[in-house]
Amino acid sequence: MAALFSFEGVAVAFQGVKILADVDLELPEGGCTVLVGPSGSGKSTLLRLCNRLEAPTAGLLRFRGEDVALLDPLRHRRRVGMVFQRPIAFGGNVLDNLRVARPDVTAAGAAEALARVGLPELFLEREQATLSGGEGQRACLARTLLAEPEVLLLDEPTASLDTDAAAGLERLAMSLAAGGTSLLWVTHDPAQADRLADRLVVVGGGRVEARWT
Amino acid sequence: MDVIAELSRPLLSPAFLVAATADTGRVGPLGLAGSLVLVAVVVAVSRWRHLDLGREVVVACTLALVQLLLVGVGLGLVVGDGHPLWPSWIWVAVMLVYAAWITSRRAPEVPGLFGLAWVALAAALAVSLAVVFGLGVFNLTSRTLVPTAGLIVGNALTSTVVVARRAVEDLRDKRSEVEARLALGLPAEQAARPHIRSALRTALSPQIERTRAVGLVALPGAMTGLLLAGVDPLVAVAVQAVVMYLVLGSAAVVGAVLALGLIPRLFTPDHRLRPLPRPADPT
Repeated sequence: MAALFSFEGVAVAFQGVKILADVDLELPEGGCTVLVGPSGSGKSTLLRLCNRLEAPTAGLLRFRGEDVALLDPLRHRRRVGMVFQRPIAFGGNVLDNLRVARPDVTAAGAAEALARVGLPELFLEREQATLSGGEGQRACLARTLLAEPEVLLLDEPTASLDTDAAAGLERLAMSLAAGGTSLLWVTHDPAQADRLADRLVVVGGGRVEARWT
Repeated sequence: MDVIAELSRPLLSPAFLVAATADTGRVGPLGLAGSLVLVAVVVAVSRWRHLDLGREVVVACTLALVQLLLVGVGLGLVVGDGHPLWPSWIWVAVMLVYAAWITSRRAPEVPGLFGLAWVALAAALAVSLAVVFGLGVFNLTSRTLVPTAGLIVGNALTSTVVVARRAVEDLRDKRSEVEARLALGLPAEQAARPHIRSALRTALSPQIERTRAVGLVALPGAMTGLLLAGVDPLVAVAVQAVVMYLVLGSAAVVGAVLALGLIPRLFTPDHRLRPLPRPADPT
């Protein structure tokens, strides 16, 4: 079976600065793969490549055997959802934000989406920008999950959360992995990596330094 | 009084060199020299408050006078009773190119802006001239074409720069929000829409406010010029109203065209937001 993502000699450079260099890596399907490394090591760039927010300046990236550059980028991004480091609120209430991901979602469907991430239905009427860090990140996750992604990319999603909120989000993510969603989780926290990883990839200086299964 | 006859008054005739009568506001050399007192006031204020702007003011005013005189001499060759229209159209075409070039210089952070600005300004000009001359608001003569086109292009240029710069600033400063929309599978046009909308509102709102307040706060330039030239106030008002609506309409057209053309320049074909570095600090 083809790997979930295959990086073949992938490099990313910006204005002459190498961010990733000659990355050869295969990320398998299923479970939670954690990319760990210090800030600036290139792990977020790896994740952005997977969502096609970045494109390689050299090399080839495949998603389930297909060249990502040849896939429809909009459809690809709906299959490979992404949650960012900070909760990003669009204007309006939580329901308005959910409808950015799926314009035809009904109030009932939206309530179900919130329930899936442990938020009550009454949050639908709240302005998304007024939610706490943990609530906002859950709402962003609900928004991403409305597109029914097969893969979930999480770029240090607990970085701006308190301990309890972070733990809640970790449990939520693990339940999604147990339900069949492949997770790619980026963190700079080795303890978090230890808790979450089914397999571990260490990134440093724009290169993959080690990997464990 | 016939609007066209008033507009056809030769403002740049040899009478320009003769001191004006008190009634018509025509300015002769003595009058022009007298107005330099106001420039001296600016220089004096600059010295008093240590602004170090005196030299800049003198240079700017000198350049402005020289440029206006050159334009006036040029217009005298192109504009006038019985002059054919083709030199005026050439003048308009040169104005368009120059305005597009100025726009690209004022907003260097927008890639490929020269071509887009030219298209936007040309569209605004085409729509506005079609309305003004096609519906018979003014008669199409060399004397009406160049000033009308200049007015449209000059004001639309401001809107072009505002829309372009504001759109880029917003997309740059709110990159995370744009990419969060892209990451959900939205196309570039939808991801950028709130920011383009904000840029358009920023460009149009001042024009709308100026239109709303016209006559209450100050008499606008076209009307002032016509009154000084001795045009009947009601005729001047009619012309001013036409001018205001031209300015508003052209700003809207320019904004609409820019909104369409900016997306392909600021996003890649596969719906990624391009790097948008900040322009170099001029200091």
